[in-house]
Amino acid sequence: MFAAETLTGPSIPWFTLSPLLALLIGACVLMLGGSLLPQWPRGLYGIVTALSAATSIVLCFFLWDNLSDGRPETIIGDALAFDHFAVLGTISICVAVLLASLTTSDYLVREGEDGPELFVLYLSAAIGGIVMVAAQDLIVLFLGLETLSLALYVLAASNRRREESQEAGLKYFILGGFSSAFFLYGIALIYGATKHTNLGRIMETLSSQQAFPRNDVLLLAGVGLLLVGLAFKVAAVPFQVWTPDVYQGAPTPVTSFMASAGKTAAFAALLRVSVTALESRVDDWRPVVWVLAVLSLVVGSVLAVTQTNVKRMLAYSSISHAGFILLGVEAASHTGSASAADGIASAMTYLLLYTVLVIGTFTIVGLVAGRGDSASNLTDFRGLGRRRPALALALTVFLLAQAGMPLTSGFVAKFGVIRAAVETSSYAIAIIAMLASVIGAFLYLRIMVSAWMEDAEGQDAAPPVPFLSGLAVTAAVAFTLVVGIVPGWLLDATRQVITLAGR
Amino acid sequence: MAAAVVPTTTWYLILAAALFAIGMTGVLVRRNPLIMFMCIELMLNAVNLTFVALATELTDINGQTAVFFVLVVAAAEVVVGLGIIVSIMRRRQQATADDLAALKG
Amino acid sequence: MDLFVFVCAAIMVLVGALGVVLRSNPVHAALSMILTLFGVAVLFVAREANFLAAVQVIVYAGAIVVLFLFVIMLLGVDRAEDLRAEPLGNIQRPLALVLGVGMFAVLAGAIVRSRESLRFRGEGVDTATLEDADGNIRQIARSIFGDYVVAFELTSVLLIVAVVGTVVLARRRKSERTPS
Repeated sequence: MFAAETLTGPSIPWFTLSPLLALLIGACVLMLGGSLLPQWPRGLYGIVTALSAATSIVLCFFLWDNLSDGRPETIIGDALAFDHFAVLGTISICVAVLLASLTTSDYLVREGEDGPELFVLYLSAAIGGIVMVAAQDLIVLFLGLETLSLALYVLAASNRRREESQEAGLKYFILGGFSSAFFLYGIALIYGATKHTNLGRIMETLSSQQAFPRNDVLLLAGVGLLLVGLAFKVAAVPFQVWTPDVYQGAPTPVTSFMASAGKTAAFAALLRVSVTALESRVDDWRPVVWVLAVLSLVVGSVLAVTQTNVKRMLAYSSISHAGFILLGVEAASHTGSASAADGIASAMTYLLLYTVLVIGTFTIVGLVAGRGDSASNLTDFRGLGRRRPALALALTVFLLAQAGMPLTSGFVAKFGVIRAAVETSSYAIAIIAMLASVIGAFLYLRIMVSAWMEDAEGQDAAPPVPFLSGLAVTAAVAFTLVVGIVPGWLLDATRQVITLAGR
Repeated sequence: MAAAVVPTTTWYLILAAALFAIGMTGVLVRRNPLIMFMCIELMLNAVNLTFVALATELTDINGQTAVFFVLVVAAAEVVVGLGIIVSIMRRRQQATADDLAALKG
Repeated sequence: MDLFVFVCAAIMVLVGALGVVLRSNPVHAALSMILTLFGVAVLFVAREANFLAAVQVIVYAGAIVVLFLFVIMLLGVDRAEDLRAEPLGNIQRPLALVLGVGMFAVLAGAIVRSRESLRFRGEGVDTATLEDADGNIRQIARSIFGDYVVAFELTSVLLIVAVVGTVVLARRRKSERTPS
């Protein structure tokens, strides 16, 4: 009986996993090559990372096409989902890796360092993030979350010359570990209430009404803790305390990666868990999301205006962006309405567009701040329009887009979530979002005024723009404008993400 | 008479909840990063206890498997966390050991 | 007998946990944590999770706490810190206490009220018996390499992150080696 037993594991569709494998191979090449071969030429580590991210994106396009023919499905013993939602999330995260690795390459040159470690961490973090986006099981989701978070803690603390960087890492680590514990306890309680950690099976269990009472307190406590954990990760108010310090202290390219890939993964996980597993409990979690959204919108926008450090400003603005994305989540909760699915589509579109915007913005901030990220105060941006007109112009495009100006991608993103909210009759929150958008615009205006109108005293040195960073910024500007002017193709494509696997 | 009382799953769950609450309070009141981190480990242990108690109650092995993964995560977390703490504290000793104040907030 | 084991282990767990929170000397806190970890391991055995009990002792008490103690010694922070001198606002400590008690009350309330709702039953958990001493391990292995194989593979990436992370944090670069 003992020896004869063979274990038949679940079958593994390798092609479906190919975007993950591309990143993994990239990481292995960097680790092995970096340690076995002598010092690589400058910038090559970053280029290898960017190439593996680009390969991953190309593979995602193939998968997207394959999916358009077939149905979404769950793979490898129902542990991962394979649907348009997951592929779009993967693309967002790979775009973040691609752009961040280019700018990190220049950052390392600026700091007088070199080495493959940071890039390996980017790639592993992306693997964790992609698993989160696709996770169909809470345990898998937790492991993805930890992979992403641990890599981000180290990345935040990676600049050993600056004390701020190390403090940011420590703060992020303590609060991140704290929130992970909440998240995990939530999983345990949900497991207790339903006997499953698999999202699909939780959904089945919960939707059989006679077997499961509506007001099961154990389940509610579990869902509450799970939401607290995820709200920490997406930096929604009142769980945002770490954000400004960590965003300011971390090296600027890392901040951009955190704000893009980290947010995308956590939001995608939030959406998938709440819309799939907790579909029959929308009335229970909708108020929570509503409150988080309103608080994030208001607090993020208002506090951003009072800051004097640009990185802190952008941290608060990212909190307010989280509020906008939560607007999409809230819209997705109105399962009775025909437009509920628009909430999912608009939130995912927002994440993709915000990824490009935030990396572009932070790249410019990093270039202006220079060595050691030292010059990131608002006053350091004075006269940028005269010193580096092209850079100031790109910054203006990004800031206008973040403010939601028409003809930029930011408008498409904000319009999408607000429309989804209006169509699901959440008028109050839509109005609050528009007001927050107006307050937020003031913040972006302040930076622009500083860059164009105010004169620099004694600052004549133009910040150098290395080639790879320039490339990343140019690509991001082009994307921002193209999507802003002709958004149709993107919106048509993202409309397909509304069919989640196993639903 | 006491022999008739058998600890039920609820007892285990409440004990775990108490452990979790103590750990949480500890993170909030202490300011030494090492001790805060230990308190986070206490919270993870509370989760482990919950999982094991539930696995027996629900007669389902997956609860125990989850604990296995939590242990792996805890080990990895300790490595990274202590790495960060060491690198920051070593730097601190040269200066005066003061609190985290370089970043206001 | 069950009751006796539970009460003893529960006291170990709680005393240890309070020790971590209240002791001002980090070494004492780490030793208190060992008490908690052993208590949890005893409870694992009481719940017939023998494999996990062993892993708990080996990984937690054997590796994690030792690592903690190493770091405490390495940094030389094993002197007692004055708890009152910790820079906390007057409001924060009572607030944290209230939050902790509130958290416990909410959780305990939820657990007690849903006592009857733990109604789902699985396929059964194998425990070690005389005939089949490693049934528990085999069952966990099937679960890990079956349903949770993705999670298992992902732990490899997680461990890579841990290793690379330590390299980033601990490696001394050439520029730093020169004494200042």
